[in-house]
Amino acid sequence: MQRNNLIATRVAWQLISFVLFFGLWELAGRWPISLAFPPFSKTVVALARMTANGSLPRAYLFTLQPLAIGMVLCGIAGIGFGIGMGLSRTIEWFSLPIFIILQAAPMAAIIPLITYIYGIGLTAKVLAVVVLAAPVIVMNSYKGIHNTNPSLIQMSRAFLGTRRQEIFKIMLPHAGALIFAGLRLGLAMGFIGIVIAELMITPTGIGDLITYHSSVADYPEMFAAILSIVALAALTLHALERLERKIFPAEIRGT
Amino acid sequence: MTAEAIVEVKGVGKTYDGGVEALNDVCLELPPGKLSTLLGPSGCGKTTLLKIIAGLIPPSCGEIRVKGQKVDGPGPERAFVFQDFALLPWANVLRNVAFGLELRGAPMEQREEIARRQIAEVGLGGFEGSYPNQLSGGMKQRVGLARALAVNAEIVLMDEPFSSVDEQTRRKFQEELLDLLVHKQKTVIFVTHSIEEAAYLSDQIVLLSPRPGTVSRIIRPEIKRGGRSPDEIRRDKNYLDAVDEIWQILKQYV
Repeated sequence: MQRNNLIATRVAWQLISFVLFFGLWELAGRWPISLAFPPFSKTVVALARMTANGSLPRAYLFTLQPLAIGMVLCGIAGIGFGIGMGLSRTIEWFSLPIFIILQAAPMAAIIPLITYIYGIGLTAKVLAVVVLAAPVIVMNSYKGIHNTNPSLIQMSRAFLGTRRQEIFKIMLPHAGALIFAGLRLGLAMGFIGIVIAELMITPTGIGDLITYHSSVADYPEMFAAILSIVALAALTLHALERLERKIFPAEIRGT
Repeated sequence: MTAEAIVEVKGVGKTYDGGVEALNDVCLELPPGKLSTLLGPSGCGKTTLLKIIAGLIPPSCGEIRVKGQKVDGPGPERAFVFQDFALLPWANVLRNVAFGLELRGAPMEQREEIARRQIAEVGLGGFEGSYPNQLSGGMKQRVGLARALAVNAEIVLMDEPFSSVDEQTRRKFQEELLDLLVHKQKTVIFVTHSIEEAAYLSDQIVLLSPRPGTVSRIIRPEIKRGGRSPDEIRRDKNYLDAVDEIWQILKQYV
Protein backbone atom coordinates (compact mmCIF):
# COMPACT_ATOMS: atom_id res chain seq x y z
CA MET A 1 0.00 0.00 0.00
CA GLN A 2 2.76 2.36 1.04
CA ARG A 3 4.81 1.21 -1.91
CA ASN A 4 1.99 2.02 -4.29
CA ASN A 5 1.72 5.46 -2.73
CA LEU A 6 5.42 5.99 -3.26
CA ILE A 7 5.19 5.06 -6.92
CA ALA A 8 2.15 7.29 -7.38
CA THR A 9 4.00 10.22 -5.80
CA ARG A 10 7.01 9.64 -8.05
CA VAL A 11 4.92 9.45 -11.20
CA ALA A 12 3.08 12.60 -10.14
CA TRP A 13 6.34 14.52 -9.73
CA GLN A 14 7.60 13.28 -13.07
CA LEU A 15 4.37 14.41 -14.73
CA ILE A 16 4.64 17.82 -13.08
CA SER A 17 8.21 18.10 -14.36
CA PHE A 18 7.07 17.37 -17.93
CA VAL A 19 4.11 19.75 -17.71
CA LEU A 20 6.38 22.46 -16.35
CA PHE A 21 8.97 21.95 -19.09
CA PHE A 22 6.51 21.93 -21.96
CA GLY A 23 4.56 24.80 -20.34
CA LEU A 24 7.67 26.97 -20.22
CA TRP A 25 8.42 26.01 -23.80
CA GLU A 26 4.89 27.07 -24.79
CA LEU A 27 5.26 30.41 -22.99
CA ALA A 28 8.70 31.08 -24.43
CA GLY A 29 7.44 30.29 -27.92
CA ARG A 30 4.46 32.64 -27.56
CA TRP A 31 6.51 35.49 -26.03
CA PRO A 32 8.32 35.10 -28.57
CA ILE A 33 12.05 34.98 -27.78
CA SER A 34 12.87 34.39 -31.38
CA LEU A 35 10.93 33.94 -34.59
CA ALA A 36 12.81 30.68 -35.04
CA PHE A 37 11.44 29.30 -31.75
CA PRO A 38 7.91 27.94 -32.13
CA PRO A 39 5.69 27.22 -29.14
CA PHE A 40 5.22 23.63 -28.00
CA SER A 41 1.65 23.40 -29.32
CA LYS A 42 2.66 24.35 -32.87
CA THR A 43 5.51 21.84 -32.74
CA VAL A 44 3.12 19.06 -31.73
CA VAL A 45 0.73 19.99 -34.51
CA ALA A 46 3.63 19.93 -36.98
CA LEU A 47 4.68 16.55 -35.62
CA ALA A 48 1.17 15.18 -36.21
CA ARG A 49 1.09 16.69 -39.70
CA MET A 50 4.45 15.20 -40.65
CA THR A 51 3.42 11.81 -39.32
CA ALA A 52 0.14 11.95 -41.24
CA ASN A 53 1.68 13.01 -44.56
CA GLY A 54 4.30 10.28 -44.26
CA SER A 55 7.39 12.47 -44.36
CA LEU A 56 8.43 11.60 -40.80
CA PRO A 57 7.96 7.82 -41.11
CA ARG A 58 9.84 7.90 -44.43
CA ALA A 59 12.70 9.82 -42.82
CA TYR A 60 12.94 7.27 -40.01
CA LEU A 61 13.11 4.46 -42.53
CA PHE A 62 16.29 6.10 -43.85
CA THR A 63 17.72 6.95 -40.45
CA LEU A 64 17.08 3.73 -38.60
CA GLN A 65 18.44 1.44 -41.32
CA PRO A 66 22.12 2.43 -40.99
CA LEU A 67 21.69 2.70 -37.21
CA ALA A 68 20.40 -0.87 -37.04
CA ILE A 69 23.08 -2.21 -39.40
CA GLY A 70 25.80 -0.39 -37.48
CA MET A 71 24.55 -1.65 -34.12
CA VAL A 72 24.31 -5.25 -35.32
CA LEU A 73 27.86 -5.02 -36.68
CA CYS A 74 29.12 -3.56 -33.41
CA GLY A 75 27.11 -6.09 -31.44
CA ILE A 76 28.72 -9.03 -33.19
CA ALA A 77 32.22 -7.83 -34.05
CA GLY A 78 32.64 -5.40 -31.16
CA ILE A 79 31.54 -7.80 -28.43
CA GLY A 80 33.52 -10.60 -30.07
CA PHE A 81 36.63 -8.50 -30.26
CA GLY A 82 36.23 -7.23 -26.69
CA ILE A 83 35.88 -10.79 -25.41
CA GLY A 84 38.95 -11.77 -27.43
CA MET A 85 40.88 -8.93 -25.81
CA GLY A 86 39.81 -10.15 -22.39
CA LEU A 87 40.86 -13.73 -23.10
CA SER A 88 44.13 -13.28 -24.99
CA ARG A 89 47.10 -11.35 -23.69
CA THR A 90 48.41 -10.84 -27.23
CA ILE A 91 45.21 -9.26 -28.52
CA GLU A 92 45.00 -7.22 -25.32
CA TRP A 93 48.50 -5.76 -25.64
CA PHE A 94 48.02 -5.09 -29.31
CA SER A 95 44.66 -3.36 -29.19
CA LEU A 96 44.00 -2.01 -25.71
CA PRO A 97 45.92 1.26 -26.28
CA ILE A 98 44.02 1.83 -29.53
CA PHE A 99 40.65 1.46 -27.88
CA ILE A 100 41.59 3.56 -24.87
CA ILE A 101 42.49 6.37 -27.27
CA LEU A 102 39.37 5.80 -29.39
CA GLN A 103 37.16 5.92 -26.33
CA ALA A 104 38.68 9.15 -25.09
CA ALA A 105 38.88 10.87 -28.49
CA PRO A 106 36.01 13.04 -29.78
CA MET A 107 35.23 10.60 -32.54
CA ALA A 108 32.63 12.88 -34.10
CA ALA A 109 35.55 14.91 -35.43
CA ILE A 110 36.55 12.19 -37.85
CA ILE A 111 33.08 11.71 -39.29
CA PRO A 112 33.70 14.25 -42.13
CA LEU A 113 36.77 12.20 -43.08
CA ILE A 114 34.56 9.20 -43.76
CA THR A 115 33.06 11.03 -46.74
CA TYR A 116 36.43 11.23 -48.47
CA ILE A 117 36.77 7.48 -48.40
CA TYR A 118 33.25 6.09 -48.52
CA GLY A 119 31.32 8.89 -50.20
CA ILE A 120 27.82 9.75 -49.02
CA GLY A 121 26.02 6.43 -49.27
CA LEU A 122 24.71 3.96 -46.73
CA THR A 123 28.23 2.68 -46.02
CA ALA A 124 29.36 6.07 -44.79
CA LYS A 125 26.40 6.37 -42.44
CA VAL A 126 26.87 2.86 -41.08
CA LEU A 127 30.52 3.66 -40.53
CA ALA A 128 29.65 6.83 -38.64
CA VAL A 129 27.51 4.76 -36.26
CA VAL A 130 30.21 2.12 -35.87
CA VAL A 131 32.99 4.61 -35.23
CA LEU A 132 31.06 6.18 -32.36
CA ALA A 133 29.46 3.08 -30.88
CA ALA A 134 32.27 0.52 -31.15
CA PRO A 135 34.79 1.80 -28.58
CA VAL A 136 32.45 1.65 -25.58
CA ILE A 137 31.03 -1.71 -26.68
CA VAL A 138 34.49 -3.23 -27.13
CA MET A 139 35.83 -1.75 -23.90
CA ASN A 140 32.87 -2.91 -21.80
CA SER A 141 33.08 -6.45 -23.17
CA TYR A 142 36.81 -6.46 -22.51
CA LYS A 143 36.42 -5.19 -18.96
CA GLY A 144 33.65 -7.67 -18.22
CA ILE A 145 35.90 -10.58 -19.14
CA HIS A 146 39.13 -9.11 -17.80
CA ASN A 147 37.72 -8.25 -14.37
CA THR A 148 36.30 -11.69 -13.67
CA ASN A 149 36.85 -12.47 -9.99
CA PRO A 150 40.13 -14.49 -10.02
CA SER A 151 38.86 -16.49 -7.08
CA LEU A 152 36.00 -17.85 -9.21
CA ILE A 153 38.47 -18.92 -11.91
CA GLN A 154 40.54 -20.68 -9.28
CA MET A 155 37.39 -22.34 -7.98
CA SER A 156 36.56 -23.58 -11.46
CA ARG A 157 40.06 -25.02 -11.83
CA ALA A 158 39.97 -26.60 -8.36
CA PHE A 159 36.80 -28.43 -9.38
CA LEU A 160 38.42 -29.61 -12.61
CA GLY A 161 36.73 -27.13 -14.94
CA THR A 162 38.23 -26.95 -18.43
CA ARG A 163 39.26 -23.66 -20.04
CA ARG A 164 36.10 -23.83 -22.14
CA GLN A 165 33.91 -24.24 -19.04
CA GLU A 166 35.82 -21.42 -17.40
CA ILE A 167 34.88 -19.12 -20.29
CA PHE A 168 31.28 -20.21 -20.72
CA LYS A 169 30.28 -20.88 -17.13
CA ILE A 170 32.29 -18.21 -15.29
CA MET A 171 33.63 -15.41 -17.49
CA LEU A 172 30.71 -14.84 -19.87
CA PRO A 173 27.97 -14.88 -17.21
CA HIS A 174 30.16 -12.56 -15.16
CA ALA A 175 30.62 -10.18 -18.09
CA GLY A 176 26.96 -10.30 -19.19
CA ALA A 177 25.77 -7.22 -17.31
CA LEU A 178 28.73 -5.09 -18.43
CA ILE A 179 28.39 -6.22 -22.05
CA PHE A 180 24.72 -5.32 -22.04
CA ALA A 181 25.47 -1.93 -20.51
CA GLY A 182 28.10 -1.46 -23.24
CA LEU A 183 25.48 -2.11 -25.91
CA ARG A 184 23.16 0.43 -24.33
CA LEU A 185 25.86 3.10 -24.13
CA GLY A 186 26.93 2.14 -27.65
CA LEU A 187 23.39 2.72 -28.92
CA ALA A 188 23.39 6.16 -27.29
CA MET A 189 26.59 6.94 -29.20
CA GLY A 190 25.06 5.41 -32.33
CA PHE A 191 22.16 7.90 -32.18
CA ILE A 192 24.67 10.72 -32.01
CA GLY A 193 26.64 9.22 -34.89
CA ILE A 194 23.67 8.83 -37.18
CA VAL A 195 22.38 12.37 -36.59
CA ILE A 196 25.82 13.89 -37.17
CA ALA A 197 26.23 11.80 -40.31
CA GLU A 198 22.89 12.96 -41.67
CA LEU A 199 23.60 16.58 -40.83
CA MET A 200 27.16 16.59 -42.13
CA ILE A 201 27.56 13.86 -44.74
CA THR A 202 24.35 12.75 -46.34
CA PRO A 203 21.28 14.92 -46.19
CA THR A 204 18.76 12.09 -45.76
CA GLY A 205 16.37 10.89 -43.12
CA ILE A 206 15.78 12.82 -39.95
CA GLY A 207 18.92 14.93 -40.43
CA ASP A 208 17.60 16.06 -43.79
CA LEU A 209 14.21 16.95 -42.27
CA ILE A 210 15.97 19.15 -39.72
CA THR A 211 18.19 20.88 -42.32
CA TYR A 212 15.47 21.27 -44.92
CA HIS A 213 12.79 22.72 -42.66
CA SER A 214 15.34 25.03 -41.12
CA SER A 215 16.38 26.32 -44.56
CA VAL A 216 12.80 27.08 -45.61
CA ALA A 217 11.99 28.56 -42.17
CA ASP A 218 9.37 25.93 -41.24
CA TYR A 219 10.47 26.12 -37.64
CA PRO A 220 7.64 24.06 -36.09
CA GLU A 221 8.51 21.21 -38.49
CA MET A 222 12.20 21.51 -37.73
CA PHE A 223 11.56 21.37 -33.98
CA ALA A 224 9.14 18.49 -34.48
CA ALA A 225 11.89 16.49 -36.18
CA ILE A 226 14.36 17.29 -33.39
CA LEU A 227 11.79 16.50 -30.69
CA SER A 228 10.98 13.17 -32.32
CA ILE A 229 14.57 11.94 -32.49
CA VAL A 230 15.31 13.09 -28.94
CA ALA A 231 12.18 11.34 -27.69
CA LEU A 232 12.95 8.18 -29.64
CA ALA A 233 16.50 7.97 -28.32
CA ALA A 234 15.48 8.74 -24.75
CA LEU A 235 12.64 6.22 -24.71
CA THR A 236 14.70 3.46 -26.34
CA LEU A 237 17.61 3.91 -23.95
CA HIS A 238 15.31 4.09 -20.97
CA ALA A 239 13.58 0.88 -22.03
CA LEU A 240 16.97 -0.83 -22.44
CA GLU A 241 18.02 0.30 -18.99
CA ARG A 242 14.87 -1.17 -17.47
CA LEU A 243 15.43 -4.38 -19.41
CA GLU A 244 19.00 -4.48 -18.13
CA ARG A 245 17.86 -4.20 -14.52
CA LYS A 246 15.34 -6.96 -15.13
CA ILE A 247 17.82 -9.39 -16.71
CA PHE A 248 20.67 -8.57 -14.34
CA PRO A 249 19.13 -7.59 -10.99
CA ALA A 250 21.57 -6.14 -8.47
CA GLU A 251 21.46 -9.20 -6.21
CA ILE A 252 22.88 -11.58 -8.82
CA ARG A 253 25.54 -9.30 -10.28
CA GLY A 254 29.14 -10.33 -9.99
CA THR A 255 31.17 -7.99 -7.88
CA MET B 1 50.64 -42.39 13.16
CA THR B 2 51.04 -45.84 11.77
CA ALA B 3 48.75 -45.42 8.78
CA GLU B 4 50.48 -44.49 5.57
CA ALA B 5 50.31 -40.82 4.68
CA ILE B 6 47.70 -39.89 2.07
CA VAL B 7 49.41 -36.60 1.24
CA GLU B 8 53.18 -36.22 1.22
CA VAL B 9 54.87 -32.86 0.89
CA LYS B 10 58.47 -33.34 -0.13
CA GLY B 11 60.95 -30.48 0.01
CA VAL B 12 58.43 -27.97 -1.35
CA GLY B 13 59.61 -24.41 -1.87
CA LYS B 14 57.87 -21.50 -3.55
CA THR B 15 59.38 -18.26 -4.74
CA TYR B 16 56.95 -15.87 -6.40
CA ASP B 17 57.81 -13.77 -9.43
CA GLY B 18 59.54 -10.77 -8.01
CA GLY B 19 61.64 -12.82 -5.61
CA VAL B 20 59.37 -13.17 -2.59
CA GLU B 21 60.18 -16.51 -1.02
CA ALA B 22 56.96 -17.83 0.52
CA LEU B 23 57.98 -21.39 1.37
CA ASN B 24 61.31 -23.10 1.84
CA ASP B 25 61.90 -26.85 1.97
CA VAL B 26 58.61 -27.91 3.55
CA CYS B 27 58.42 -31.62 4.33
CA LEU B 28 55.21 -33.03 5.71
CA GLU B 29 53.11 -36.17 5.90
CA LEU B 30 49.37 -36.01 6.35
CA PRO B 31 47.58 -39.09 7.63
CA PRO B 32 44.32 -40.26 6.03
CA GLY B 33 41.00 -39.77 7.76
CA LYS B 34 42.42 -37.13 10.08
CA LEU B 35 42.16 -33.40 10.35
CA SER B 36 45.48 -31.63 9.98
CA THR B 37 45.86 -27.90 10.51
CA LEU B 38 48.40 -25.60 8.94
CA LEU B 39 48.91 -22.88 11.51
CA GLY B 40 51.20 -19.91 11.50
CA PRO B 41 51.44 -16.14 11.56
CA SER B 42 50.09 -14.05 8.66
CA GLY B 43 52.26 -14.26 5.61
CA CYS B 44 53.90 -17.56 6.53
CA GLY B 45 52.76 -19.12 3.29
CA LYS B 46 50.16 -21.47 4.74
CA THR B 47 47.58 -20.64 2.10
CA THR B 48 50.28 -20.97 -0.57
CA LEU B 49 51.13 -24.44 0.75
CA LEU B 50 47.45 -25.43 0.73
CA LYS B 51 47.04 -24.22 -2.85
CA ILE B 52 50.17 -26.10 -3.89
CA ILE B 53 48.68 -29.26 -2.38
CA ALA B 54 45.45 -28.49 -4.25
CA GLY B 55 47.42 -28.20 -7.48
CA LEU B 56 46.31 -24.60 -8.02
CA ILE B 57 49.82 -23.17 -7.70
CA PRO B 58 52.89 -25.01 -9.01
CA PRO B 59 55.74 -25.33 -6.48
CA SER B 60 59.11 -23.83 -7.42
CA CYS B 61 60.85 -26.93 -6.17
CA GLY B 62 59.98 -30.19 -4.48
CA GLU B 63 56.83 -32.21 -5.07
CA ILE B 64 53.47 -33.21 -3.65
CA ARG B 65 52.33 -36.81 -3.70
CA VAL B 66 48.72 -37.78 -3.11
CA LYS B 67 48.26 -41.50 -2.51
CA GLY B 68 51.72 -41.98 -3.97
CA GLN B 69 50.92 -40.10 -7.19
CA LYS B 70 52.77 -36.93 -8.03
CA VAL B 71 50.46 -33.91 -8.23
CA ASP B 72 50.63 -31.68 -11.29
CA GLY B 73 47.21 -30.02 -11.03
CA PRO B 74 43.85 -30.30 -9.29
CA GLY B 75 42.41 -33.80 -9.05
CA PRO B 76 39.07 -35.46 -8.31
CA GLU B 77 40.28 -36.78 -4.95
CA ARG B 78 40.79 -33.24 -3.64
CA ALA B 79 38.14 -30.56 -3.06
CA PHE B 80 38.74 -26.99 -1.97
CA VAL B 81 36.83 -24.66 0.35
CA PHE B 82 37.75 -21.04 -0.30
CA GLN B 83 38.31 -18.31 2.23
CA ASP B 84 36.20 -15.85 0.23
CA PHE B 85 33.63 -18.60 -0.54
CA ALA B 86 34.03 -18.22 -4.35
CA LEU B 87 30.31 -18.65 -5.05
CA LEU B 88 28.77 -17.76 -8.39
CA PRO B 89 26.68 -14.65 -7.62
CA TRP B 90 24.30 -15.35 -10.50
CA ALA B 91 23.58 -18.95 -9.44
CA ASN B 92 21.32 -20.03 -6.59
CA VAL B 93 22.47 -22.22 -3.71
CA LEU B 94 21.40 -25.41 -5.45
CA ARG B 95 23.42 -24.70 -8.59
CA ASN B 96 26.41 -23.47 -6.60
CA VAL B 97 26.51 -26.66 -4.55
CA ALA B 98 26.10 -28.76 -7.68
CA PHE B 99 28.68 -26.73 -9.62
CA GLY B 100 31.59 -29.13 -9.05
CA LEU B 101 29.45 -31.95 -10.44
CA GLU B 102 28.23 -29.72 -13.27
CA LEU B 103 31.83 -29.14 -14.33
CA ARG B 104 32.36 -32.89 -14.34
CA GLY B 105 29.42 -33.32 -16.68
CA ALA B 106 27.06 -35.07 -14.25
CA PRO B 107 23.46 -35.10 -15.51
CA MET B 108 21.21 -32.42 -14.04
CA GLU B 109 18.92 -34.76 -12.10
CA GLN B 110 21.73 -36.68 -10.47
CA ARG B 111 23.74 -33.64 -9.45
CA GLU B 112 20.72 -31.82 -8.05
CA GLU B 113 19.77 -34.83 -5.99
CA ILE B 114 23.28 -35.00 -4.51
CA ALA B 115 23.33 -31.23 -4.01
CA ARG B 116 19.99 -31.26 -2.16
CA ARG B 117 21.30 -33.93 0.18
CA GLN B 118 24.49 -31.96 0.90
CA ILE B 119 22.54 -28.74 1.42
CA ALA B 120 20.40 -30.49 4.01
CA GLU B 121 23.49 -31.95 5.64
CA VAL B 122 25.14 -28.57 6.17
CA GLY B 123 21.86 -27.23 7.56
CA LEU B 124 20.78 -25.05 4.65
CA GLY B 125 17.60 -26.93 3.76
CA GLY B 126 15.02 -24.46 2.42
CA PHE B 127 17.62 -22.10 0.97
CA GLU B 128 18.14 -23.99 -2.30
CA GLY B 129 16.64 -21.15 -4.33
CA SER B 130 18.44 -18.29 -2.57
CA TYR B 131 21.27 -16.34 -4.16
CA PRO B 132 24.63 -15.81 -2.42
CA ASN B 133 23.95 -12.09 -1.87
CA GLN B 134 20.92 -13.01 0.20
CA LEU B 135 22.97 -15.18 2.57
CA SER B 136 25.10 -14.34 5.61
CA GLY B 137 28.84 -15.11 5.66
CA GLY B 138 28.33 -18.28 7.68
CA MET B 139 25.66 -19.51 5.28
CA LYS B 140 27.85 -18.77 2.28
CA GLN B 141 30.63 -20.83 3.78
CA ARG B 142 28.19 -23.69 4.33
CA VAL B 143 27.43 -23.52 0.62
CA GLY B 144 31.18 -23.66 -0.10
CA LEU B 145 31.54 -26.66 2.19
CA ALA B 146 28.53 -28.42 0.66
CA ARG B 147 29.99 -27.88 -2.80
CA ALA B 148 33.25 -29.49 -1.71
CA LEU B 149 31.43 -32.42 -0.11
CA ALA B 150 29.18 -32.91 -3.14
CA VAL B 151 32.05 -34.03 -5.37
CA ASN B 152 32.81 -36.73 -2.80
CA ALA B 153 36.54 -36.13 -2.66
CA GLU B 154 38.55 -37.98 -0.02
CA ILE B 155 40.60 -34.94 0.80
CA VAL B 156 38.99 -31.62 1.68
CA LEU B 157 41.27 -28.60 1.68
CA MET B 158 39.95 -25.64 3.66
CA ASP B 159 41.53 -22.20 3.44
CA GLU B 160 40.64 -20.22 6.58
CA PRO B 161 36.99 -21.08 6.03
CA PHE B 162 35.75 -19.44 9.22
CA SER B 163 37.82 -16.28 9.13
CA SER B 164 35.00 -14.04 7.97
CA VAL B 165 32.16 -15.32 10.12
CA ASP B 166 31.29 -14.21 13.64
CA GLU B 167 32.39 -16.11 16.73
CA GLN B 168 29.09 -17.90 17.49
CA THR B 169 28.76 -19.10 13.92
CA ARG B 170 32.37 -20.09 13.94
CA ARG B 171 32.03 -22.31 17.01
CA LYS B 172 28.83 -23.87 15.80
CA PHE B 173 30.42 -24.51 12.45
CA GLN B 174 33.49 -26.11 14.04
CA GLU B 175 31.33 -28.57 15.94
CA GLU B 176 29.33 -29.43 12.88
CA LEU B 177 32.52 -29.95 10.94
CA LEU B 178 33.79 -32.40 13.55
CA ASP B 179 30.45 -34.25 13.53
CA LEU B 180 30.51 -34.42 9.78
CA LEU B 181 34.06 -35.75 9.68
CA VAL B 182 33.35 -38.51 12.17
CA HIS B 183 30.72 -39.85 9.79
CA LYS B 184 32.49 -39.25 6.53
CA GLN B 185 36.04 -40.37 7.15
CA LYS B 186 37.48 -37.49 5.17
CA THR B 187 41.02 -36.28 5.28
CA VAL B 188 40.90 -32.58 6.00
CA ILE B 189 43.68 -30.07 5.64
CA PHE B 190 42.71 -26.87 7.30
CA VAL B 191 44.45 -23.50 7.23
CA THR B 192 43.88 -21.16 10.14
CA HIS B 193 45.61 -18.50 12.19
CA SER B 194 43.53 -19.23 15.28
CA ILE B 195 45.35 -21.27 17.92
CA GLU B 196 42.14 -22.30 19.67
CA GLU B 197 40.56 -23.38 16.42
CA ALA B 198 43.59 -25.46 15.51
CA ALA B 199 43.80 -27.13 18.91
CA TYR B 200 40.04 -27.72 19.06
CA LEU B 201 39.71 -29.32 15.65
CA SER B 202 42.97 -31.02 14.83
CA ASP B 203 44.46 -34.43 15.11
CA GLN B 204 47.70 -32.94 13.90
CA ILE B 205 48.84 -29.31 13.93
CA VAL B 206 51.62 -28.20 11.62
CA LEU B 207 53.23 -25.00 12.86
CA LEU B 208 54.86 -22.91 10.17
CA SER B 209 57.52 -20.27 10.81
CA PRO B 210 57.26 -16.80 9.26
CA ARG B 211 58.35 -16.12 5.70
CA PRO B 212 59.86 -18.08 4.17
CA GLY B 213 57.59 -20.70 5.74
CA THR B 214 59.10 -23.92 6.98
CA VAL B 215 57.71 -26.54 9.33
CA SER B 216 58.79 -25.47 12.79
CA ARG B 217 56.90 -28.09 14.85
CA ILE B 218 54.23 -30.74 14.52
CA ILE B 219 51.90 -31.14 17.48
CA ARG B 220 49.41 -33.95 17.94
CA PRO B 221 46.99 -33.05 20.71
CA GLU B 222 45.46 -36.36 21.74
CA ILE B 223 42.08 -35.04 22.68
CA LYS B 224 39.30 -37.55 23.22
CA ARG B 225 36.31 -36.09 21.46
CA GLY B 226 33.84 -38.96 21.32
CA GLY B 227 30.65 -38.19 23.22
CA ARG B 228 31.96 -35.06 24.91
CA SER B 229 30.49 -31.61 24.77
CA PRO B 230 32.47 -28.73 23.25
CA ASP B 231 32.84 -27.16 26.68
CA GLU B 232 34.27 -30.34 28.11
CA ILE B 233 36.76 -30.51 25.26
CA ARG B 234 37.75 -26.90 25.87
CA ARG B 235 38.52 -27.81 29.50
CA ASP B 236 40.44 -30.95 28.53
CA LYS B 237 44.01 -30.94 29.78
CA ASN B 238 45.39 -32.05 26.43
CA TYR B 239 43.51 -29.24 24.69
CA LEU B 240 44.83 -26.63 27.10
CA ASP B 241 48.36 -28.03 26.88
CA ALA B 242 48.24 -27.89 23.09
CA VAL B 243 47.03 -24.28 23.12
CA ASP B 244 49.81 -23.37 25.52
CA GLU B 245 52.49 -25.23 23.59
CA ILE B 246 51.48 -23.56 20.31
CA TRP B 247 51.45 -20.17 21.96
CA GLN B 248 54.93 -20.69 23.41
CA ILE B 249 56.24 -21.29 19.90
CA LEU B 250 54.22 -18.67 18.07
CA LYS B 251 55.02 -15.87 20.47
CA GLN B 252 58.66 -16.02 19.41
CA TYR B 253 57.47 -14.88 16.00
CA VAL B 254 55.42 -11.93 17.17
